Amino acid sequence: MHFSAYMVNNITMIKNKENIIEVKDLVKKFGNFYANDHLTFEVKKGEIFGFLGANGAGKTTAIRILSGLSYPTSGDVMVAGFDVYKEREKVKKNIGYMSQKFSLYEDLTVKENIRFYGGIYGLSNKYIKEKTESMLERLKMKDIQHSLIGSLPLGWKQKIAFSVAIFHNPKIVFLDEPTGGVDPITRRDFWEMIYEASNNGITVFVTTHYMDEAEYCDRVSIMDRGKIEGLDTPGGLKKRFKSNNMDEVFLKIAR
Amino acid sequence: MKRFLGFVKKEFHHIFRDYRTMLILFGMPIAQILIFGYVVSNEITDVKIGIYDKSKDDITHEITNKITSSGFFILHENLNSDKEIEQAFKKGIIREVIVFEPNFAEKLHRDGTASVQIIADASDANTANIVTNYTKGIISSYMKNELMAQGYPYEIIPEVRMLYNNELKGVYMFVPGTMALILMLVSAMMTSISIAREKEMGTMEVLLVSPLRPLPIVIGKVIPYMVLSFINAVVIIALSYFVFAMPIQGNLVFLLLETLLFIFMALSLGILISTVSESQMVAMFISMFALMLPTMLLSGFIFPIENMPKVLQWISSIMPARYFIVIVKNIMIKGSGIGVIWKETLVVAGMTILFLIVSIKKFKVRLE
Repeated sequence: MHFSAYMVNNITMIKNKENIIEVKDLVKKFGNFYANDHLTFEVKKGEIFGFLGANGAGKTTAIRILSGLSYPTSGDVMVAGFDVYKEREKVKKNIGYMSQKFSLYEDLTVKENIRFYGGIYGLSNKYIKEKTESMLERLKMKDIQHSLIGSLPLGWKQKIAFSVAIFHNPKIVFLDEPTGGVDPITRRDFWEMIYEASNNGITVFVTTHYMDEAEYCDRVSIMDRGKIEGLDTPGGLKKRFKSNNMDEVFLKIAR
Repeated sequence: MKRFLGFVKKEFHHIFRDYRTMLILFGMPIAQILIFGYVVSNEITDVKIGIYDKSKDDITHEITNKITSSGFFILHENLNSDKEIEQAFKKGIIREVIVFEPNFAEKLHRDGTASVQIIADASDANTANIVTNYTKGIISSYMKNELMAQGYPYEIIPEVRMLYNNELKGVYMFVPGTMALILMLVSAMMTSISIAREKEMGTMEVLLVSPLRPLPIVIGKVIPYMVLSFINAVVIIALSYFVFAMPIQGNLVFLLLETLLFIFMALSLGILISTVSESQMVAMFISMFALMLPTMLLSGFIFPIENMPKVLQWISSIMPARYFIVIVKNIMIKGSGIGVIWKETLVVAGMTILFLIVSIKKFKVRLE
C-alpha cells in the first residue's frame, strides 16, 4: 500500500479507538537525575507511535519501563490493558520487543532462531511450523532458512528480527531504534513491514532518530531532557513549530 | 516445561557450534591432567607429627627432642597403640608418625642396632617424601654426632613406610587439584561468559521481555554446563584411574555427589560473576584473575598451604577449591566417608547458598 494513502486512512481509523498504552505522570529517577520527568501520554490501538529524542533524552528508559525491563519510580503505566507494576507477566505475553542490537542468536540458523523464540512464548509446534513457512515465504528467505544468522547481511537480520518480534501476534510491538546503521532502501522495506503489522492490528511503538522516519508515524512524541515537549501528528507538529519538516521541528525543540 | 527444554537445547547449540568452547570443555581436562601428572617438589615447615614411643628411654627422648627442636616438626600428639596411628592419620592433622621399637636403648647397647619406623601420610606424595627424608636426616646426624662421636659403634635403622600411597605417585596429589581447576573453569567461567554474552548481544533483554521468568532463564543457561562439567569430572576420574592407576578407596557415588556439590558452587559463582559483568571480556577477566589463578596458587593445589605466609593462608581459606581438594583426596586416597569431611562439605554448601543469594539480590537490583 502506498504510504500517503495509508496515512490518511489510518488516522481517521484510529481516532476513536481505545487506548492501548496509558501513561500518567511516569517518573524514573536514577539518584537525583530524572531520566523520565512526569511523562503523560496515550497510544491508541493500531497506531504507529513515534518516540523521538536526542541520545540521552530518556527514550530508552521509557521503552524499558513500558516493556517491563525496568520499574518506574512513580506514576501509572498501563500496557495492553494491564498494570506494569502488578501484572507484569500478563503484559509480557502481549508485547513484542526488538532492540537496537537485533537480538537474534548469531550461531543459530534462521529457522532455529524462529523456533526458539516461538518456543519461549509457549506457542504450539504446529503453529510455529505453519507460521514459519508463511513468514519465510513472505520474506523470500526460504533458501536461507538453514543459514546461520551471523552469515547474513544486517538488513536481512533486521527483517527477521522484526518478524520474530511479532511472531506471537502481540498487541503491541516495541522497536528501539530498529533501523540504526542500515541503508535507506532497507529502511524503506522495513517500514513497509511496520505498516503491514499495523494493518494487522498490531500497535507499533518505535523510537528513532531518523527524522524522515518520524514522518511515517501516525503520531510523534518528541522528548528532551526527560520531558515530552511535543506530541501530535507530524503535520500538527510542523504547524505548531512553523517548520517545513520534522528535522526543523526536532531542532527547535532540542535546542 | 517445553519452553524450558527448548531453551536448554538452544544453549547446547551455542556450545557445540563454538570450537573454542569445545576445546576448553574437552581438550583442557585431558591436557591438564597429563601435564600436572608430572610435577614439582615443595619445601616444608612446621609439619605436625605423632610419636609412638614403645620404649620411653633416654635415647628415644633425645631423638624426639632433636626432631621437635629442628624447626621442621611440631609434636602434635603422643600415641600409645598401633591402632591410634591409623586413627591419627585419618583425622588428617598429622603428616607423620615416628615409632620407636620397645627397649630401644637396651637393644642399642646390647646389639648395636635398633630400629625406628617412620610412617608418613603419602596422599600428598611430595610432602611425604620430603618429610621422611628430613626425619631420616635428623636421626642419622644424631647417630653420627652424638653416639658415634662418643665412641659407640651404634646404628639406628630407620624404616620408612608410606601410608595411603605406597608408590608415592605425584599424580595423586594433582588429580584433585586439576579436578577443582577444570570444574571451576567450565562451570564458573563458561557460565559467566555465556550469560554475559547474552547481555552483550542484547538477547538477554529479549528474553527478559518474554514471558520466561528470570529464574528459568538462568537455570536453562546453567544446566548444559552442569551436565558437561559432570562429564568432565567423570573423564578426569576415569583418566586418573586407568592411566595413572590412582585408587578410589572411598565410595564412588559419594565422590560423585561431592563433585556435583562443587559444580553447583562453581555455577552459582559463575552466575554471580555474570551479574557484575556487562561483557564477555569482563566476565573472562574476572574469572581468570579472581578464580583461576587463586585456585591454582592458593588452594593447596600446587603449594602446600601450611607453608604460606599467614595472610595468604587466610585468603586460601575463602578458596572453595581448597575444601574440594581435601574432600577428593580423602575420598579417593583414604577412603573416608562423610564423617571425616563433613566440615569441608558444609563449607562448600554454604558458599553455594551465599553466592546464589547475592546473585539473586544483584539481579533484582538490576531490574529496578
